[in-house]
Amino acid sequence: MGLEEKLPSGVLLTTVEKVVNWTRKSSLWPATFGLACCAIEMMATGAGRYDLARFGMEVFRASPRQADLMIVAGRVSQKMAPVLRQIYDQMPEPRWVLSMGVCASSGGMFNNYAVVQGVDHIVPVDMYLPGCPPRPEMLMDAILKLHHKIMNEPLGDRRARHLEQARQEGRTRDLLVEMPSTVRADKNLRRAYEEAAAQGRTGQFAIEQRDGNVVLPEQLGRVAR
Amino acid sequence: MTDNNDQGATVARRSGGEVERSPGRDRRPAVRDSVIPAPGQGFGVTFAQIFRKVTTEQYPFEPKVTKPRYHGRHVLNRHPDGLEKCVGCELCAWACPADAIYVEGGDNTEDERWSPGERYGRVYQINYLRCIFCGLCIEACPTRSLTMSNDFELADDNRRDLIYTKEQLMAPLLPGMEAPPHPMRLGDDEKDYYVRTPEAGSPAEPVVGEKV
Repeated sequence: MGLEEKLPSGVLLTTVEKVVNWTRKSSLWPATFGLACCAIEMMATGAGRYDLARFGMEVFRASPRQADLMIVAGRVSQKMAPVLRQIYDQMPEPRWVLSMGVCASSGGMFNNYAVVQGVDHIVPVDMYLPGCPPRPEMLMDAILKLHHKIMNEPLGDRRARHLEQARQEGRTRDLLVEMPSTVRADKNLRRAYEEAAAQGRTGQFAIEQRDGNVVLPEQLGRVAR
Repeated sequence: MTDNNDQGATVARRSGGEVERSPGRDRRPAVRDSVIPAPGQGFGVTFAQIFRKVTTEQYPFEPKVTKPRYHGRHVLNRHPDGLEKCVGCELCAWACPADAIYVEGGDNTEDERWSPGERYGRVYQINYLRCIFCGLCIEACPTRSLTMSNDFELADDNRRDLIYTKEQLMAPLLPGMEAPPHPMRLGDDEKDYYVRTPEAGSPAEPVVGEKV
């Protein structure tokens, strides 16, 4: 950005970095880029029941100049691709892209000549969200994971270099971006997940938390009745 | 035909380009019957909202409980002795409309047995950036090896990590289960293995509640 490159790095700058990242993630305004059925779920997420306003994100901006996050919701056809790229180019830095749903992420079930096989062919994607379409909680989960990523972003080139060096030397902790948001919200669960991740057992974590039940016990009771 | 056209044209000309509607009771402007002044009525709607039930979900702080048959992330199940149920038949991969599943079967030997029967799934991958959670793979599975859980928080920041491998999809080893490879432990022959009464109270046994 400029000024932070001239300042000596240290406690002051890391604190500034935290504050800057906190402000960025706390009012992450999305651009409306609804292309298909995923957009319906995106609208539901913004509405009262799921209420993205709890995370300072309720204003879906129709103008890309005022948006920070592009939620690509739906399959991107070859004809739409240049439009998508233009909207992305018009967004001011810093900007993030969330690829919502399998069609935007990889083409999904539309493996044909008309659909772009993943928007990462056109724009850099920060978060991939599976689901067809993802339910509003899944979108919120992806957004919260993106918030977590933003909170740990380096400020400026020099800080990025330091962080990259630290990562190569193994001095940084894994961000564990894939940790489910409900797990991250609970301190004990988060600690248990970090232990499971160290052992490479994250795939079994959710089932082990339910004592081996694939679905929740109270739901099983509902089925039996 | 021509007569009708002529008539319509005359009516339109008479009313200055528009066909006049018949004046009736419905054409009067709406009359407000209430004694409360209009701003009071308007704010009353806002005020009444305070006493309504809040519908907002506190999602990340209160976990979402889905319907029990929600199509979530897949699980590869195990037999009660820990052997894998998957026999590597690739029917799930054939059923998948999005080509999200990749299976490579392998042969069981007497020294190295991963599943009862001849074959097991040596490589098992599900690409969650292709999977549309339709459940056709679950219907296709002949051994009930592949089922779906209710977990849905799958988002990640790269495409590679969203291809789930067999290690991630396998169900955990419960008490009473033994990590394969090992010989078949339940009963003396194959009939005993498959057709037997489940031990009540053992966590490794399949859910009894579903059968009711």
